[in-house]
Amino acid sequence: MTPDDREQIGRGVRAIVDDPTLTYRQRVQALAIAAENVLDSPKVSPECAAALEERVICDMYEGAAPYRPRYTLPDYDLALRQGSRFLELDPPRTFDDATTFLLAMYANVPSITGYPVWFGDLDRLLEPFAADLDDDELHQRLRRFWVLLDRLFPDAFAHANLGPADGRVVRAALAVHREVRQVVPNLTLRVDPAITPDDLVLDAMRTVAAVAQPHLVNHPLLVRDLGERYGVVSCYNSLPVAGGAHTLVRLNLAAAARHHTGPAARFTADTLAWYVELAAELMEARIRHLVDDAGFFDHSWLVREGLLSLDRFTAMFGVVGLAECVGHLLDLDGRPGRYGHDDHADELAHEIVRSLSMMVEDRPMPYCEATDGHALLHSQAGLESDVGVTAGTRIPVGSEPPLYRHLQTVAPNHAFFPSGVSDIVRLDDTVAHNLQAAVDIAKGSMSLGMRDVTFELAGGEFVRITGYLARRSDIAQVIDGEPDTVRHSSSTLAAGSFVHAHLDDRTAQRVRSHELDAGARR
Amino acid sequence: MSSTRALVADAIPASCVDGPGNRYVLFLQGCSFDCLACHNPQTICTRSTPSTRWASIEQILHEVVAAAPFLSGVTVSGGEATLQWRFVLELFERLREHDATRRLSRLVDSNGDADPAVWDALTPAMEGAMIDLKALDAEVHRFLTARGNERVLASLRHLDELDRLTEVRLLVVPGVNDSADQLARTAEWLLHLHTVPPVKVLAFRHAGTRGVARRLREATDDDVERAVATLAATGLVAQSCSS
Ligand code: SF4
Repeated sequence: MTPDDREQIGRGVRAIVDDPTLTYRQRVQALAIAAENVLDSPKVSPECAAALEERVICDMYEGAAPYRPRYTLPDYDLALRQGSRFLELDPPRTFDDATTFLLAMYANVPSITGYPVWFGDLDRLLEPFAADLDDDELHQRLRRFWVLLDRLFPDAFAHANLGPADGRVVRAALAVHREVRQVVPNLTLRVDPAITPDDLVLDAMRTVAAVAQPHLVNHPLLVRDLGERYGVVSCYNSLPVAGGAHTLVRLNLAAAARHHTGPAARFTADTLAWYVELAAELMEARIRHLVDDAGFFDHSWLVREGLLSLDRFTAMFGVVGLAECVGHLLDLDGRPGRYGHDDHADELAHEIVRSLSMMVEDRPMPYCEATDGHALLHSQAGLESDVGVTAGTRIPVGSEPPLYRHLQTVAPNHAFFPSGVSDIVRLDDTVAHNLQAAVDIAKGSMSLGMRDVTFELAGGEFVRITGYLARRSDIAQVIDGEPDTVRHSSSTLAAGSFVHAHLDDRTAQRVRSHELDAGARR
Repeated sequence: MSSTRALVADAIPASCVDGPGNRYVLFLQGCSFDCLACHNPQTICTRSTPSTRWASIEQILHEVVAAAPFLSGVTVSGGEATLQWRFVLELFERLREHDATRRLSRLVDSNGDADPAVWDALTPAMEGAMIDLKALDAEVHRFLTARGNERVLASLRHLDELDRLTEVRLLVVPGVNDSADQLARTAEWLLHLHTVPPVKVLAFRHAGTRGVARRLREATDDDVERAVATLAATGLVAQSCSS
C-alpha cells in the first residue's frame, strides 16, 4: 500500500466516522465495507476490469472480498421443526416460542445488507402455532412481532412472504401491516388463481391502499421456474429456499448500447454477447472467492445445521437500462422509437430480453447447481446513484403510457426473469374507493404472464423506491441531513434514488374517474 | 358482421367509477333529458357532432376484447344509453357469446327515461341497470331535467320486478333536491321496492356544466354526508360516491 492509498483510505474512513446523519449501526456497517475494500478484488481479465471501471458492468459495490452470499434464504421451516444447536433453542411449541425463535435466527442470518433479506413464509410458518390463540390474541402477538421486525431489522429490504393459501395468520398479518404503517417488512403475497380467494387479494389491495404493500407474485409461474420452495426477498428477488444468491452482477444495457457501432440488428450478437461474457467473468470470480477462498459454506452454522446448502444456491445476472438501450439503437438505425410507445421499439426490447435470457442460460456458472449450473436473469431495480438509466426493463418514470399499453409492453419480458422483475404501476387514488378494480388489473396482469405486480397509490406517504418502500417523511429528513433520526438504512438509499431517478414523476394511471372530481354526468 | 352502429360520445377502457371493479365504459351520444346540472352537456345532442364517432358492434367488441383480461365488466352509459338500446342489446349479446368477454358483467347506466319494453328487451342480456333519480317530486324533476319523472319511477319499479335494479344514484343539488323531507320520502319510496337497491349519493359540481348550472350551488362534502346520513337513517344502504 502506498502512502497515497493509505491517505485515501483514511479519508474515506474519516468521512464515515464524521458523518452525523448515520446511526451507530449504519456507521459500523459502512466501516466494515471500507475495511473490506482495502483488499484487492477477485482477479479478472483487463477487459473485464475496464468494463467494471467504466460501470458498463457492475458488482453492485458488494465489497472487494465477498465473504457471505448476497442473499440467503434459510430454511426456517426446518429450523422450527428441528431446533438449533447454534442458537441453543428447542423446537418451539407456542406462538411466542416460534416468534422468539425466528427473531433469534434473523439476528444471525448473514446477507449483503447486514440484515436478513428474508423473514420466510410467515403465515405458513406461524399458522400451526396460531391454532390455540383467539383472533384478538393472535392480532396482539403478531403486532408485537411486526414491531420488532421493524425495530430490530430497520431495513426495507427485509422481506416477508404470505399466501397463496388463505388463513388466519395471513389475514392478521395484512391487518397488522395496515395498522403499524412500517416499511419493514417488505411484503409479498403469492397469488395462485386456483388457491388464493379473490377476497384475500382484495384484502391485499386494501393494504396497498393504506401502506403501498404487498407486492403480488404469480405463484404458478414462480413454481414453474424455481419449484415450490422459493422465496421473494429484498426488493422482489425470487430465489430457492435453503439457498439464495451468491452475488448479483449487473449489466447496464444503455451503456453497452453506447459502445455499439453498426446496425441495431447486430447488437445482441456483437456487443451484447461481449458484455454478457465480461459480466459472467466478474460473477464467476466473485463466486469462486466466496466459496473457495472465503469458505463460507465450510464454516457457516446455517450450513452445518442444514438450513442452507451450497446446492441450493445460484447467482443473479441483473440488467438495467433496457429503455435507453432500445432508444439508442433505434437512433443508430435512423428509425427513432420509444419503448412503451412504439411497437417497433417494444419488439426490439423483447428481442433483446430473449437473447439475454439465452446467453445467460448458456453460460455455465460455478456453484449454481440449484439452477442447472447457470445464473438467473434479473431485471435489476437500480442503485441509488443511477442517473439517466431506467431501472431494469421498466418504462422510464414519467413517460409511462396508458395502463393497458404499459402492462402489455412489459408483460412479455416477465417470462425471462426467473429471479425477478417488477414494473411499478402507480394508480390514481380514486381506485381506493373501488379496490376490486385494482384486483381486476392485478389478475389481468398475471393472466398476461406478469411475474410480479407492484402497485403504488399516488400521493401516499409510502413511496416504492426500487422494490422496497420508504416513507416520504424519512426521505425528507435524510435530504435535510437531520442527525441520527432515520433508523432505516434503506431510507438513506431511498433519498438518493428519489432525487436521482425522479421517482415522484411516476405517472399515476387514472383508472378513470370523472364523477369523483366533477360530479355526476347527468 | 352486424350493420348496427351507434353514435358514440366516448369510450374508456379502464374505469373504476362506473360500477363494480374495473370496467370498460361506452358513452353513447344523445339524451332525452336536458339537465341543468349535466356535466357532459355535449353528449345531449342526438346528432353527430365533431366530438362523436359512429362505431360498429365489431369495433366496440374489439376494444373490449383487448381490455378483457383486466375487466370485471362493461358499462354502457351516456348521454342516455337506452336511446340506442338496439345497439346495446346486440353488443351485450355479442359480449355474452364471445369467449374472451363471456365472464364480464354487463351493466347499463341510465337516467331511467326509457320504456318498460326496452328493459324487457335488454333483461336477458344484461346483469342490471344503475339508474339516476334526479328527484322524486315531479316539479323538482322538471326543474332539474326539463322533463317529468313518471317514466323514471316506472323504470325503477319495472327493473325491480325484473330483478335488474343494481343501484340508484342520487345527485345532490343543494337547496333543490336535498331537503330532509324530500330525501325521507325518496327513501321511503325506494324501501317499498321488492329488492331495495343500494343508493349512491353524488355531489353536484360545476366542472363541465354549462353556464346555467352556475345558478345552482355546488354540493360540499357536508351536503353529501348529510344526505347519506338522512337516507341511511331510514335503513337504506347509502354511500357517497367517494367512500
Ligand atoms: S340525463 Fe345525464 S346526459 Fe342527459 S342531460 Fe341529464 S345529466 Fe346530461
